[in-house]
Amino acid sequence: MSLARRLIADAPPRTLWSLAVLLVLLLLAPMVLGKYWLSVLILILYFAYVGQAWNIMMGFAGQLSLGHALYAGLGGYIAAGLFFHYGVGPWAGLFAAIAAAVLAGAIVGYLGFRFSLAGVYFALLTIAFSEFTRIAFDHWTWAGGSGGLFLKVESGIDIANLRGGPPLFYYVILALAVGAFLLCRALLESRLGRYWLAIREDAEAAQAVGVPVLRCKLAAIMISAGLTALAGVWNAFYYNNLFPETAFAMGRSIEITLAPIIGGLGTLFGPFVGAVVLTGLGEAFTDLGEAFGIPGIKQIFYGLALLAIVIWRPAGVWPWLAGKLGVAGRPS
Amino acid sequence: MTSDFLLALAQAVTKGLLTGMVYGLMALGLSVIFGVMRVVNFAHGEMMVIGMYLAWMGFEYLELSPLLSLPLIAALFFAAGYVLQRGLISPFIGRPEHQQFLLLLAVAILLVNAALAIAGPDSRGVQMDSQFDSYELGPLVFDAVRLHAALAAVAIAALLWLFFTRTRIGKSIRAAADNHMGALVVGLDVRRLYALTFGVGAACVGAAGALMITIIPVTPFLAGEYTLLAFVIVIVGGLGSMTGALLGGLLIGVSEAVAGLLLQPSLKSMFSFGLLILLLLLRPQGLFGKSSP
Repeated sequence: MSLARRLIADAPPRTLWSLAVLLVLLLLAPMVLGKYWLSVLILILYFAYVGQAWNIMMGFAGQLSLGHALYAGLGGYIAAGLFFHYGVGPWAGLFAAIAAAVLAGAIVGYLGFRFSLAGVYFALLTIAFSEFTRIAFDHWTWAGGSGGLFLKVESGIDIANLRGGPPLFYYVILALAVGAFLLCRALLESRLGRYWLAIREDAEAAQAVGVPVLRCKLAAIMISAGLTALAGVWNAFYYNNLFPETAFAMGRSIEITLAPIIGGLGTLFGPFVGAVVLTGLGEAFTDLGEAFGIPGIKQIFYGLALLAIVIWRPAGVWPWLAGKLGVAGRPS
Repeated sequence: MTSDFLLALAQAVTKGLLTGMVYGLMALGLSVIFGVMRVVNFAHGEMMVIGMYLAWMGFEYLELSPLLSLPLIAALFFAAGYVLQRGLISPFIGRPEHQQFLLLLAVAILLVNAALAIAGPDSRGVQMDSQFDSYELGPLVFDAVRLHAALAAVAIAALLWLFFTRTRIGKSIRAAADNHMGALVVGLDVRRLYALTFGVGAACVGAAGALMITIIPVTPFLAGEYTLLAFVIVIVGGLGSMTGALLGGLLIGVSEAVAGLLLQPSLKSMFSFGLLILLLLLRPQGLFGKSSP
């Protein structure tokens, strides 16, 4: 069976048609939407994409990482630094970015899994590595130190160097999000994907029946880190600036985890649904917060919304929504 | 030259030890909660910052010294912690870690932004009369404020130790932590014990906040830093170990102060995180933890 066949095998035709329509709408969106709505859609796709990447580790393999800013930050800094210092375009730079993030993921993963750290302990190790790197970049002059690294903003579109306006970045992040979705679907259908689920459910039992646990966990963190690095590269060129305080911040790591947790951990549509919910809430509360004019009020609404979701939909919004829509697939 | 350096080093170590005791008290709260309920309080730094703000308000509006408002703040935190556990956290015990994480993250966001909305983003400090007093011991100089805070922290930790080893409730809590099923079998009201534990843990961090405000001014943005710092300390000391939390606090306090002296002050937390990484790899149960996780 060809790969394309395998990807759509046993998906109901109704789902495939809905997805095709959605994709066409997304492709046409920049021609219809104004600047503001396009920026909202860009945010949604960004969070859907990084969420998908993080979901591979937590949703599929069951390893909680609260330090994914490390991979996004490394990716962004390396591609932006190569461009800034040597004029190496991001399409070449992204290979270095991915390589560095995969290596970092391999180191964190090997050290953590080798000593069979799990759960909270592993999560704290990922935070520690991310924070450690943040402070290192604060003091690294090549990367601009704490003063930050800035890319020149140029008018006109230069696809070779990923310079251009929001529509360019929209299509890039759309391609990434769709690609990650397909990749995750393929991974879940693969032997590796089945191994991950076995490990997530019961690592000891998986080990006992001969699943190479360490190697599978390493594969999860390396794939996840590499994908996250791409988001970092995209982010750096979209915003044109990088600061260690934000690129490696714990807040950035937490941001990455929210869409898949809210949407539904371990599901393919969860990160998308979560990203829509979170970005929608964020934008709505920004307006509401401005109406009140009190600092922090936006975040208070946001916190209340998170609280409501985790209390009433602890398994995420998508599984519940899928049930309502009658498209509940096979549980993964 | 060398003797000057040694004196500066000794001074930094003393300062680190004194601050470290307050750190230890803060981390003690986290450790107690985790040790008993296996829940990581991701809102710990936020609670610390709320404690600092309350002490600042007491000082600013009621002219109450933080050392005097401390018992009130601790009592308030105990009650709030009890209610929080009963109403919100209780159903999440034993649930997957990411759900607990999201729940406490939401609590953290609410707490820190409530502080921001009420007190604003400016840093708020307490100017005590004893601000510039100091005690001298040979060539060493102790800041009075820091010394008082450290002594208070030690006294509270001692009270806590008495509570856990001498009182019936304290012993029951330890029993429930050791063996959840066993505690249920012998008829302990574990839900109530958990609520009490969260109350005690919250009271610790509230008291630590009231002490910390005498040492440094507070801003909402300190919250995340304190959460991380508390994590580092309890992992270094051993999650769930009380002595570990206190000694971990001292160790981190000293390492921060010495790193600030020898390297750039901004590098000081890199040292702590480096220590954390080493420890997680070599001895994940912490320096004083008993069993492996």
